Amino acid sequence: MKALRNYLNKIKPDFEPGGKYEKLWSVFDGFESFLFVPNTTSGKKGVQIHDSVDSKRVMIIVVLALMPALLVGMYNVGYQHFLAIGEDAGFWATFLFGFISVLPKIVVSYAVGLGIEFIVAQVKHHEIQEGFLVSGMLIPMIVPVDTPLWMIGVATAFAVIFAKEIFGGTGMNVFNVALITRAFLFFAYPGKMSGDNVFVRTSDSFGFGGGKVVEGFSGATPLSFASSNLQPTNIIGEPLSGWDYFFGLIPGSIGETSTLAILIGAVVLLLTGVASWRIMFTVFGGGALMAWIVSACGASVLSVGDQICLGGFAFAAVFMATDPVTGCRTNTGKYIYGFLIGALAIIIRQFNSGYPEGAMLAVLLMNVFAPLIDFYVVEANIKRRLRRANA
Amino acid sequence: MEIKLSKGLDISLKGRPAEKMGQTAKSEYFVLVPDNFCGITPKVVVKPGEKVLAGGVLMTDKNFPEIKFVSPVSGEVTAVERGEKRKVLGIVVKRDAANEYVDFGKKDIAKMDAQQVKQTILDGGAWGFITQRPYAIVANPTAEPRDIFISAFDSAPLAPNFDYAAAADQEAITAGIAALKKLTSGKVYVGTRSKSSILYPGAEVVTFVGPHPSGNAGVQAHNIKAVNKGETIWTISAFDLILIGRLFTEGRVNFERVIAITGSEVASPCYVKAYPGTPVKDLTDGNIVKADYKQRYISGNVLSGEAVGIDGYLGYQSSQITVIPDGSDNDEFVGWAVPGLAKYSVSHTYLTWLFGRAKEYKIDARLQGGKRALITSGDLDKVLPMDIYAEFLFKATLAFDIDKMENLGIYEIAPEDFALCEFVDVSKTEIQKTFRLGLDRLKKEME
Repeated sequence: MKALRNYLNKIKPDFEPGGKYEKLWSVFDGFESFLFVPNTTSGKKGVQIHDSVDSKRVMIIVVLALMPALLVGMYNVGYQHFLAIGEDAGFWATFLFGFISVLPKIVVSYAVGLGIEFIVAQVKHHEIQEGFLVSGMLIPMIVPVDTPLWMIGVATAFAVIFAKEIFGGTGMNVFNVALITRAFLFFAYPGKMSGDNVFVRTSDSFGFGGGKVVEGFSGATPLSFASSNLQPTNIIGEPLSGWDYFFGLIPGSIGETSTLAILIGAVVLLLTGVASWRIMFTVFGGGALMAWIVSACGASVLSVGDQICLGGFAFAAVFMATDPVTGCRTNTGKYIYGFLIGALAIIIRQFNSGYPEGAMLAVLLMNVFAPLIDFYVVEANIKRRLRRANA
Repeated sequence: MEIKLSKGLDISLKGRPAEKMGQTAKSEYFVLVPDNFCGITPKVVVKPGEKVLAGGVLMTDKNFPEIKFVSPVSGEVTAVERGEKRKVLGIVVKRDAANEYVDFGKKDIAKMDAQQVKQTILDGGAWGFITQRPYAIVANPTAEPRDIFISAFDSAPLAPNFDYAAAADQEAITAGIAALKKLTSGKVYVGTRSKSSILYPGAEVVTFVGPHPSGNAGVQAHNIKAVNKGETIWTISAFDLILIGRLFTEGRVNFERVIAITGSEVASPCYVKAYPGTPVKDLTDGNIVKADYKQRYISGNVLSGEAVGIDGYLGYQSSQITVIPDGSDNDEFVGWAVPGLAKYSVSHTYLTWLFGRAKEYKIDARLQGGKRALITSGDLDKVLPMDIYAEFLFKATLAFDIDKMENLGIYEIAPEDFALCEFVDVSKTEIQKTFRLGLDRLKKEME
């Protein structure tokens, strides 16, 4: 490591103001702080020691927590594909198909998002902020497998610039960046983001896994069945059970189908304390309560468990609602925020036939209300203070 | 009365002081640093070459000239160090062998009125030890406080044990409390740990259970009877109360105090006797671990102390010196990715938490990350045992929105109360500095 450190020290002057690559300073700094913990020390006054946690560590934990859902998602892409063409390709070929279908999306998302981050950091003379490490992984996981790469690129650019950078970068955004990407795709290219033809890849990926689609194939997701009040089946017409929904071998956006994998991620986030348990539990609670009401009224064919496991609900509860920047920041607020996300997601899903899934819109809507909820929670503290003064 | 505080954090560091007295070099020079006192504008009243006695006035406050700052030893003023814009950095006194002092005469507090008591403290140069809220500055001598709060233990990392350090000063403590009682028509509260061996006659004793910052006088005041807008309270550390008490019991300025020499870089952490303004080098000479890396010398504790360097001086209110590795020469490879068995973190993002944080850690002064906007939420509130929304007050102060600052409790706080918030902050923001600047600016606006 000494040699690497010495090499970095040697080339560092080129990147500093006046050096030949000064326009790449942020990029250099980004890589340097990626390789070595910055050895900037505390100021003369104030705290002299700091906790080891930093934003890089927090972000990397979230990315780690996303891995189970991503890997199962990749496998599922292959599984649905081979199911559609009526082949049994074996575990590894199935996973490989999913891997090569998903990887380009990850690459595009990171390349576009980080590219913009690098440029903005350089222009504003900032350090590169790590926020996009998470967004860049979320984006490919919440789109259907057949979303064209250029769309992901355009949507990512839109979201990073208009939902994040113009607000001041990581930590300043009002809306969840990954969900803005998805919302942009959803409203700009509805044909590619919903319906029965996007959630299962029926063609080959880079020439691999070609074949003819079996008869009776339907690419509809369980939620689209449910929204027409039909009992969901899988893509070749066989009935599905609650366990299928839980394990996630069903059509859907790449990373969101397996509730089991998402829950493994949830355990990581809760044990490390990176995500707020207050938000996560109340989203599930609000969703379950609303699902129970809906099913008690006979408005849906789905049970409470089905509602939780299907669509993007669990994924949104674990990875989207818990985004600390766009959520409520007071503890009391977090309960209200989470509960409303859960309840709204089911309401939108159930009562707006235009949107078979409501999780994305529920989170985005509550992003808007999070500051308001916090405002009233803090207002209670202010009132308490005034009462004390007047007592 | 007993108050339990559950929020907060005890950071277990290497270099806890053993309860034994160590020896230090005999110091020749003593330096009064005006920056040790918040909210005063120094006016130097001595010139280089002048002789002073222990208790002789070196400087006063421009706004309240009755607040005097005195030399702890007798000798000759050798220099008045100045920095940019002629700001006074320090007044240097070279000690002589005579050891003469200004004799005020012993006083019987019971027979004195408030004005006489106040005058004695002001003349004795000990007024600077009294802090007021709002603004967390040296107390305004013309105002009467609602109550006075004395903290009789230090809960900061590696802090000296007050009961040990003050074992010989029971008389001064008793006198100090009696004196302060004259200065308020309210109550004098003393916050202690349970089973304290020191007695506080005449004061309302409140026992505090809980981690740091339960020892901060302001935190104690907040949980006993918080200060409201328009009210003034005074806070003082019992370490400083001793010095006030001695003005009455000994009739002279005797600022000698028992301080702790602490930290992972100290060979044999212990207690020593020292005057404020003693060079750090004299206090630590021969007691520092030999190392091939940089070391950081802090006057005070690691949370709200000042990195004065080996050429710095013991602050007037400091009761400890802490020496830790600096870390600026430490190159740690992909630190964010390691499991982190040896990395101290309150968060659970490193595996350290599984093995308990009771083990003693050696932490250097690195920020351990880059500065960012506030990202995670709720971390700050976990270590602030006050009914205050830390993040919201911080943001209001950053934006200097006076209405919001008032509403959210700016008058109740001192920067040091937020030291742990600054420690745990993922975004590595300078929280204490922001509050200091905010409080100073607020005071100006309000005048």
